[in-house]
This record gives sequence, structure tokens and C-alpha cells, in this order.
Amino acid sequence: MSWTKKILRVNLTEGSVNVEPLNMEWASQYIGQRGLATRYMFEETDPQCDALGPDNKLMFATGPLTGTMASTGGRYSVITKSPLTGAIACSNSGGFFGAELKSAGWDMIIFEGKSPSPVMLNIINDKVELLPADDLWGKSVWETDKLIHEKANDPQTRVAAVGRSAEAGCLYSAIINDLHRAAGRSGVGTVMASKNLKAVSVRGTKGVGNIKDPARFLASTSEQKQVLAENAVTGQGLPAMGTQVLMNVINEVGALPSRNMQDVQFSEANNISAEAMLEPRESDGKANLTTNAACFGCTIACGRISTIDKTHFSVENKPEYWGNSGGLEYEAAWAMGADTGVGDLDALTYTNFICNEDGMDPITFGATVAAAMELFEKGAITTEHTGGMELKFGSAEALTWCVDVVATGEGFGADLGLGSKRLCEKFGDPDLSMTVKGQEFPAYDPRGIQGMGLTYATSNRGACHLRSYTVASEVLGIPEKTDPLVTDGKAGLVKAFQDATAAVDSMGLCVFTTFAWTLDNMAPQIDAACEGDWTVDRLLEAGERIWNLEREYNNRAGLTGADDTLPPRLLKDAAKTGPAEGKVCGLDEMLPEYYGLRGWTTDGQLTDDVRQKFSLPA
Amino acid sequence: MDYLPADAVKNVVTLEVDESTTPNQLVDKYRVPRAEVHLVLINGIYVDEVDRDNPLNPNDTLAIWPPVAGG
Repeated sequence: MSWTKKILRVNLTEGSVNVEPLNMEWASQYIGQRGLATRYMFEETDPQCDALGPDNKLMFATGPLTGTMASTGGRYSVITKSPLTGAIACSNSGGFFGAELKSAGWDMIIFEGKSPSPVMLNIINDKVELLPADDLWGKSVWETDKLIHEKANDPQTRVAAVGRSAEAGCLYSAIINDLHRAAGRSGVGTVMASKNLKAVSVRGTKGVGNIKDPARFLASTSEQKQVLAENAVTGQGLPAMGTQVLMNVINEVGALPSRNMQDVQFSEANNISAEAMLEPRESDGKANLTTNAACFGCTIACGRISTIDKTHFSVENKPEYWGNSGGLEYEAAWAMGADTGVGDLDALTYTNFICNEDGMDPITFGATVAAAMELFEKGAITTEHTGGMELKFGSAEALTWCVDVVATGEGFGADLGLGSKRLCEKFGDPDLSMTVKGQEFPAYDPRGIQGMGLTYATSNRGACHLRSYTVASEVLGIPEKTDPLVTDGKAGLVKAFQDATAAVDSMGLCVFTTFAWTLDNMAPQIDAACEGDWTVDRLLEAGERIWNLEREYNNRAGLTGADDTLPPRLLKDAAKTGPAEGKVCGLDEMLPEYYGLRGWTTDGQLTDDVRQKFSLPA
Repeated sequence: MDYLPADAVKNVVTLEVDESTTPNQLVDKYRVPRAEVHLVLINGIYVDEVDRDNPLNPNDTLAIWPPVAGG
């Protein structure tokens, strides 16, 4: 079992909270978390609804292994229709909030409608109430967290909240939990703010019971923790260096997009890398990295805790930013650094802190600044628009100014808060937006890692690396090495990664386990925890079902095969340096084969055969 | 980073080597345990474990990492 089999339905228009049984037939097909909430979204919302209107719903969903003793079993996701992409959004977060929600006795919370005034939801086990939040509106996530903790008088209360950027309508606002873990992408925080919902606080003391075979579950989770500990990547590499170790690796491979993806290598990559985070600085002899950190139940501990150099211009008069907080992850450091041409580690750490403090997706934020910089260099954006700031590539002053104005939505910050697609359309050069379905790319250039081109083009939430991380195979050789410069075989690779990842997410586990685990390592854990027989084949089938249902939602929202494409820059402008020199992304060599493997039509629509095979709802 | 040559600047060093020098010979010369050597690239291109005894070419850039991953 391990599902609590209970969900909370919160109608914000009426101010009501109701308890419902979890639909266990759907749980058996869609597992939990990402998959199960997508099933609820499909049932309960019109895919063509206004993402920021009262008809959209916002779902916080845990998986059956969330809150258990399975390693990394602390994940939850927020599922809604995205205001950035118009597609289904599913943003996954770690920290402690998800496990606390489960421990309070809830598999999911479904928010519907819109509150007439700011509110927050307070959960203490079975005691659930909507509270006025007028005093929290206008506050950052960090201030909100502090005020809620002061009132709760319980340090173990976990808070997920939106910041000022979401209130101001920034289309890529995140929901931040535990101060610096984020349900980051696709504007899920913007949807939350549109409903006048400022925060969810939760305290759960029940633990997760209902384990089908507790003794077998204990044995299986212990055995698989040993696998993580003994694996070189999850046991040594990730805890020591974090994800940021990829900065130099991907630069060397020639797939580190720079200057709004005009280049595929960045000359200052080493200055903003994991190695640089370990270098003692001149002012105080301390390194940027203080320590690593783990989310609930995680035995990998890849998280970074960092400080900014107190003498750095971004914080020299702001002692409130001199302490430790969430440090740079690779994707964030790439977007705010390599993509903007800024090689200043402290400036990036500052912008990362602000993205956490006021709830912005650092990937879309950085990539939008990069697009704005190219528009500025072309003369489409001028100092008249920015109020004097020169948005030049490589300018740390411009980058830190941008994060401050997006956080509040003031002045040009409102334009930057649109994301690069709408920004580039507004300033007359839409091809400069490096997006798929309106969402910005992460940190791998598909000219140098071809499989990532197909990954981005077909991702159900717009450009995203976490839907099928073929970098593992194409660069790192996990589970087996494939050539990053060829398109042959990538359609099958992408599909396999997509289906498996959908299953991993939906169980409530972290995708980083897959550097050591396959579904062979996960199936015994969920099988010992949950009713029914859970085999690798069943997990893969569920993963493929989930992928198809997300696609069906998007097709009904109006997206088509024409949206499965990349910006002209990546399809027509060849890489200038590195191993991929002379190459573009060969998307058209992969996409038809991918549609074929999915059993879709040549224009990317589901067929009745596929709907039947996976028992998809009508 | 513990095994970097003493004169490395920002993790990079220029080495004069014989024509027959291989990646594995350099790994051994700098006393890097072979078990710590996971990702090896020459000019950005992956070198499989079985190919690490092939000689380098003039002006090659050799890059070596311990176990890494990210995302």
C-alpha cells in the first residue's frame, strides 16, 4: 500500500476543505505523484482552460514511496496547466515538504477555484484549515517562511510558498519549499499566486504506514541503499562535487551553450564550475561551497550549501545575504552564467539566492536574460527600455540587476518576467527565443548532444532535461555509452528514458538514483510497499501510459506535432567549435522514427490503438 | 583535484610528452588510482577504457574526471 488513500480537495472560491478517498483504480495504473495527478487533471480540467483562470487546478502530489525509508523518497510534484507553455506542467521538488505532507496523512492536495483574498493552507495531520494571508502577501518566500514558523512555533513545520515574482505575474515563478528547494519550472508558482494562495504549511507526525510487507521492504530498501553507496557516481561523485561538476565536462564536450546559444563553448566555464566552488577566495579564505546537503531520506546528498564573498559588489551592503543558503546547481549556473556570458561565481550565487528568495525558475530566468542581452546587442532593447542598464553579454552588474527587478516585477522586470518567447516576440525577433513550446532550454546544446534535441522537442512540458536525460548515455556512459554526435538510435534511447523517468517520478523517487539504479532496483522496493504485483514491466507500462496521457492532454490543449521542433538557430546554424564543429541538430532524422516507436500518427497524434493499449480515458 | 600536477592553473597544465605517450601512462605518472579515472576525453571526445593505451597525437587535449554526473 503506502498510499494514504486520502486526498484533500480545497475549493478556494468557496473557502472549503474536503476529504476524499484516493481513486485506487487510477493509482494502480498511474502509480502516484506525476502520473496520478495527471490523471486527475485529465478528468477534472479542460485542457484549453486559461492557465491563470479559476478553472485551472493546482495539485500537490506525493508518490507511494514518498515519506518512506526508500532512499530519496522525499519527492513531491506540482501538477497544473502551465501559463508559460499552455501544456501540462509537472514540477518536481525535494527537500522535506513532500514527506511531511505524506506523513500528515495525505497523498495529494487539489486546489481549485480562486480565493477572493490571499489565503494559506495550514495542515497539522487531520486538522486542515484555510487561513487569511493578507499579512504574507507582498512578502518574499523567505519572509513568508519565517513568519509562518514564528506563528506555528514548531521548527519542524514545512512550508511551500510563492514569492513576490509570482504575485507580480512573472510567468516562470516557482513554488519554493524548505527555503531553497523548488518546484521550479513552467510557472507553477504563477498559477498558485493567481489563485491568491500564498503558502501551504504542513506538519505531519503519523509517518507512512500501510506498507504491504514491512520486513521485505526494510530488507529491499537497505539492499538498494548499499547499491547507491557503492556506486562511484552516487556514492562519491555527486556528494563531493554536486551537479556543477558538469560545467567543465560539458564545455569540453562542446555542448555548453553560451551567449544565448550562439556558441557551444564558454571560455570562462572553469570560473563558475564545481572546481571553482571549492577554491578558497582571497577575502576570507573560505570556499564558495560550505557543505553538501541531502533531501528527506536521501543517501546521495548532492545538494550544495554556499556563501557569497562578503566583499562582492552584489552583497557588500547587504549583510542579510552573507550567510549560508542553497548554492548553485549546474543547470542554474549554466543559464545565469554561460548562457549570459557571465563568469562571476559570486554574481551567480547571488542571483541563485534571489531566485530562491522570491521564487523564480533560474533556468528560464537566465535564458531570458540571455535573450534580452542579444536583443540589446542588436539594438531592439535599449537603455530607454531598461532605465539606463546596459544589458551586455558578460555583465555581472546587468545580471544581478535583472534578478532584482524580476523578483519584484518593477519596470523592465515585468518584460523579463514574460519569459524569452514573449519577450522576443514583443521586441520583434521571435527566433532569438531558445525555447520549445515556450519553455527555455537547459544546459546541453543539442548540436553537441543530439539525443537532447529530440528530448527537448518532444518533452511534454516544453524544453527540459529531466524528461529523458540521455546525457547519461551520450556523455557519461550510463547505462551504456552512445555517440553524442550521431542521431542513429536516439529515438529509441529517448523513448526508453522518457518512459522509465515517468515511472521513477511517479513512485516519489529522485531521478538521480538512476545513475546507479535501474527499474530492476526499484521494482522490489515498490513491490514490497504497495499492494498488487509491481514488476519492471508493469512500471515501464505505467511510465509509457503516463507519457501518452500527458501527450493527450497537450494535444487537447491545442498543441500539435508542429510544436515538436527547435529554434532555427539549432537546426540551421552549425556549432562553431569543439567536437560538434560544423554540426546542427539533426532533429528531422530522429522525430519520425520516434513517432513510429510511440505508435503515433506522422503528425504526432495518439492513435486509438495506443489509447486502447494503455486504457487511456476517453 | 588532489592529483593535479603542482603547476596546474585552473585545473589545466601544458605537458611535453614523448610521441608514444598514452592516457594511461599519464594517469600512472601522476599517481592517479586507475579506479578513480572514470571519464576520459581527448579533444572533447570520449575515450573508452580499452582505448586508453593508444598514443596521444600532437596538441591533443586530454581531460580526466573522477566519477561524475549531474542534471
